[in-house]
Amino acid sequence: MTFKLPDGNDVDALKNVSIDLRKGELLSILGPSGCGKSTLLNIVAGFLTPTDGQVMLNGHQVTGPGAERGMVFQQGALFEWMNVRKNIGFGPAMQGMAETQIRPRVDALLETVGLNGFANKAVYELSGGMQQRVALARCLANDPDVILMDEPLGALDALTREKMQSLILKLWKETGKTIILITHSVEEALLLGERLLVMAPRPGHIHREYQLPFADMAVDTDLRNIKKHPDFNQRREEILSMIWEMEEDIMGMKA
Amino acid sequence: MLILAIYISIFLLAYFIYQTVARHRHAKQDYNQRKTVTFGDESAVSPNRAASVISIMTLFLIWGAFTGSKFSPVHVPGPFIGDTSFSYTAINAQHQTDHASVYIRVFPIGEKTGKPPVSTRDQTGFANDDVLHVAAWRSKLIRVQKNDTGGKEKTYRVVRINGQTITPQQSVIVANGVVSMTKKGSLSFTPDKGWQMEPIWLPPPEAVLSRLIEIARDGYQNVTLLENVGWSLLRVIVGFLLGSLVGIPLGYAMGLNNWFRGWFDPIVEFMRPIPPLALIPLVIIWFGIWETGKISLLFLAALWIMTIAARAGVSGINIAKVHAAYSLGASKRQLLTHVIIPNSLPEIFTGARVAMGVCWGTVVAAELVAAEKGAGKMIIAASKFQQTDVVIMGIILIGLIGYGIDILMRKAENTLVPWKGKA
Repeated sequence: MTFKLPDGNDVDALKNVSIDLRKGELLSILGPSGCGKSTLLNIVAGFLTPTDGQVMLNGHQVTGPGAERGMVFQQGALFEWMNVRKNIGFGPAMQGMAETQIRPRVDALLETVGLNGFANKAVYELSGGMQQRVALARCLANDPDVILMDEPLGALDALTREKMQSLILKLWKETGKTIILITHSVEEALLLGERLLVMAPRPGHIHREYQLPFADMAVDTDLRNIKKHPDFNQRREEILSMIWEMEEDIMGMKA
Repeated sequence: MLILAIYISIFLLAYFIYQTVARHRHAKQDYNQRKTVTFGDESAVSPNRAASVISIMTLFLIWGAFTGSKFSPVHVPGPFIGDTSFSYTAINAQHQTDHASVYIRVFPIGEKTGKPPVSTRDQTGFANDDVLHVAAWRSKLIRVQKNDTGGKEKTYRVVRINGQTITPQQSVIVANGVVSMTKKGSLSFTPDKGWQMEPIWLPPPEAVLSRLIEIARDGYQNVTLLENVGWSLLRVIVGFLLGSLVGIPLGYAMGLNNWFRGWFDPIVEFMRPIPPLALIPLVIIWFGIWETGKISLLFLAALWIMTIAARAGVSGINIAKVHAAYSLGASKRQLLTHVIIPNSLPEIFTGARVAMGVCWGTVVAAELVAAEKGAGKMIIAASKFQQTDVVIMGIILIGLIGYGIDILMRKAENTLVPWKGKA
């Protein structure tokens, strides 16, 4: 798959990117800024059409956004004019589901993401972490086949972030959803990704691919235990130096 | 200048008194009290309500003091009212000199009283006493030669006032006034004006208040106050609603569609900077001076503001919200009704507040030009009869209603779009 920027720039945003996604897989994508990871996600979500190539899901080609591919954004994607319950029930309501059916589904999701008792709160009254819990619940309410997460924890503080990482792992195990997670945090990519793609810029392409054991290990244990694991540290150092090299290359090209 | 100096002194005096009192009172312990840096910290500055109250009281006090109001405990010196006199010395054709007195009664404007009592006539020489009746703040010619023997002779002239020499185009200060001589040698007397304003320039507050009560009860020129204000408000509301009805959908279309944006951009950008008042002459030519004209004017005043507000509301949406709605399965129509319209409401309310303010100003101006009923019509009619109290009452009323509209709009905003500024 290839995506060229239409402004005559000869650097392709994405070139020859090909990914096969297994059902129920948690794929994390990591890369320095400008490597095209957000472009890739926007193409999968259907917000952009690739210049060449295609996205296939359940045997049909993706041509636009749809309810089968749910999305979780970094921030600002909740609807302030709706309370928490309405936000979470937005997808089913758009599909014309009856209020009596939506209600129990929202209640169950509130329980899952740990927001019991917040159903009637306005979203702007919630903290950043709670807002992302609502965003996760809203996405799950639609029961999508694939969940696309575009740096969902990027705007949160480090402590909240760790809690939310556990939540994402828990949701992944409980629901068995296929998830693509984009992040710029090496630790997060290692912890959450069953499979990890490291992307490189100019043109955007897949640089390395890893199969990781940490997501499975972390499901039932404290994330901090995983972080102490020697394998984890080794991988982290390896990937960090890889990304540093890429950054230095970019800087060199600019200078 | 004097009034400005008084105003500034009251401002400073009240400040220092308040500071002294506040220092001795146990200060309220709040978070701002703990801040060491307050100068430059916007959040630490809140309006001092005591200052607001004193400010309004000061305005009324100065108004009252300079108009001799009953409501004001202090007054600046008013005009001289009462009886006074001066004497003059004249030379007749035979080079004889004689003197006589002028007795003056100064009466308050609008309360004409009898002529002053005249003492026994000075019958010893050719000059005879005179009597003058003048209103406060006015001056009057005194033809002292008229009743003097030989006063019509060419060489007769007045040479001294109260013993002081006077020549044409000179003045002499006498008790309670000034006597000046015209080019041709006639005398004129101006009583002391004091520092108070003449009611025709600025009536005292109680005159405005009693006029308000009178007009609220009996109406003005056969139109009740409620009708006058009601008509103005009705025009504003109809004009604003029509403007919103066209402007908001147009703004949405411009925010959502290239063709609409391109088509209307030049029109909107051209019409926006034209003040509605500049359209009055054209609107009168096209639609006449009655309701159609005024409503069209207010429609135009509200239209561009609402169009731009709605356009800004659509353009200002975070793209993540649109993407989120689509990936949750919303259709275009659902996106419009559930996401784009609610998201634009804060901008639309801001626009509506601006538009209502502009419309209120425009309607008053339009009524000044021509109207049968309306707040603007009332004050322009009153100004033609120099009824300054009605004019001032109208201006205060217009200000209060404009302020009231804004408060109502803000209340509506707080209840209808509570998320404004919190996204």
